[in-house]
Amino acid sequence: MKSNLIDYTLHLADTALILSQRNSEWCGHGPILEQDIAITNISLDLLGQARNFYQYAATLTGGEATEDSLAYLRTEREFKNLLLVEQENGDWGQTILRQYLFSQFQYLMFEKLQQCSDEQLAAIASKSIKETAYHLRWSSEWVCRLGDGTKESHERMLLAIEELWRYTGEMFESAVYETIINVASLKEDWMQRVSAVFSEATLPVPENVFMQTGGKKGIHTELLGFMLTELQYVQRTYPGAEW
Amino acid sequence: MPVQNFEELFQQKIDNEIKIEPKDWMPDAYRKTNIRQISQHAHSEIVGMLPEGNWISRAPSLKRKAILIAKVQDEAGHGLYLYSAAETLGMSRDEMINDLHSGKAKYSSIFNYPSLTWADMGAIGWLVDGAAILNQVMLCRTSYGPYARAMVRICKEESFHQRQGFETLLVLSRGTEEQKAMCQDAINRWWWPSLMMFGPRDSESTNSDQSMKWKIKRKTNDELRQNFIDMIAEQIKVLGMTLPDPALKWNEERKHYDFGEIDWNEFWNVVKGNGPCNKQRINARRKAHEDGQWVREAAMAYAEKKQSKTKAA
Ligand SMILES: [Fe+2]
Ligand SMILES: [Fe+2]
Ligand SMILES: [Fe+2]
Repeated sequence: MKSNLIDYTLHLADTALILSQRNSEWCGHGPILEQDIAITNISLDLLGQARNFYQYAATLTGGEATEDSLAYLRTEREFKNLLLVEQENGDWGQTILRQYLFSQFQYLMFEKLQQCSDEQLAAIASKSIKETAYHLRWSSEWVCRLGDGTKESHERMLLAIEELWRYTGEMFESAVYETIINVASLKEDWMQRVSAVFSEATLPVPENVFMQTGGKKGIHTELLGFMLTELQYVQRTYPGAEW
Repeated sequence: MPVQNFEELFQQKIDNEIKIEPKDWMPDAYRKTNIRQISQHAHSEIVGMLPEGNWISRAPSLKRKAILIAKVQDEAGHGLYLYSAAETLGMSRDEMINDLHSGKAKYSSIFNYPSLTWADMGAIGWLVDGAAILNQVMLCRTSYGPYARAMVRICKEESFHQRQGFETLLVLSRGTEEQKAMCQDAINRWWWPSLMMFGPRDSESTNSDQSMKWKIKRKTNDELRQNFIDMIAEQIKVLGMTLPDPALKWNEERKHYDFGEIDWNEFWNVVKGNGPCNKQRINARRKAHEDGQWVREAAMAYAEKKQSKTKAA
């Protein structure tokens, strides 16, 4: 029971951290200065969410666990983030689409989570959902802009969909530890909202796509190992040091 | 009124500490100097994001990562205010960015040095932001209104950056032997380049006199550099580290620290483009701009479509 709660909290933390880490790669390299600031802001919000979840997981775990030991000293087989968020940034379109597909899910998930029986998770969710609402608005506006912008941007969005859609199914498949909310029940609503945004963006909603899963169980794409190598490098090089 | 009188009136305003505003008459050279200086300052904020952005993915704790991301993001914000201030003088942000990418416009040479270890994040905050602050505090009183006001906002954040940088080093200075060595090494590498941030010696500086008369600057390069050395020479004691200058010594008569000779050869070399990272920095900025071309085009096309739809409705 308690181990389910820990694993679930870690899943939430890992997902937020890994997406934050990906988005932060844009910092200093964005297509427009204002948007460089915006994506960095989202990265910072997600990092804040991740820290809240890790701190809670550390309390539940007890002993020597801290937010940093959980983020820096677990391996790629222990990380439980969604596959979607570890996918590479690609071009701006791919980053935008990844953010939108995730934020649309995260928003619905936090709506449920803020009413869940676990007080701490509910509190983090109701604090975070305000940020997520902004991420959702920002990313959906960009999906429209790029989908319905130029011929080139439209084509790039089609490629992004082809690249990322197959990682969306996992969001709605409950992991063994995912007992607090029923993610499968969010699927219909998510699909409706995504369809509405895609239709405004003049983008097709793919059908019958085979879905890749495994992230929640610690079976990742090959990308995660490289990310963790970089993320954890200093902590692992100087074990036990304070920073 | 003949130009002569305009110039006299203009100088009177400056002498009476009245700010010059965008619509006011100003000598061409005053406008040009301000455009050059403000855009160069904006470019420095933006290029300055690169050496620190470099460590975001590897920051050693979640707290440090958050602080670093927020700091680098602040610098982007500074760039934004400064581009806006420069735009009030009649040059567009696009033009300024093109000048940066073509090499016509400069940015602070300090960012052409590599950030090699985590301790560099501390040293940059403490020394580089520290040196920038001295310049920027002075610029809060510069004669061009929009520039002065941008500086007031920026200074608050910069002093925060400096404290964070110092605190990062403080933790290292109290850490393991490896951390202490990392801390000292970063200070050794950033010390001289940060002294060079104040520019050439007053005797070598070309624009100084006129800029002082117009109160664009209010202190000379050498004065600011001395202020900086006096400040850091005291703060380093708290860290228990040393500055890599055997000639550094308190001079009771001058009431200032004496210091050794800067390697001006290195300074001019980096200015001319031969620093360790000049090429990488400009390439990174150009690449971001080129990769973003289709995004900016799409945003523009979409905005136009929206607009014609509203008109039709
Ligand atoms: Fe700055
Ligand atoms: Fe700066
Ligand atoms: Fe700064």
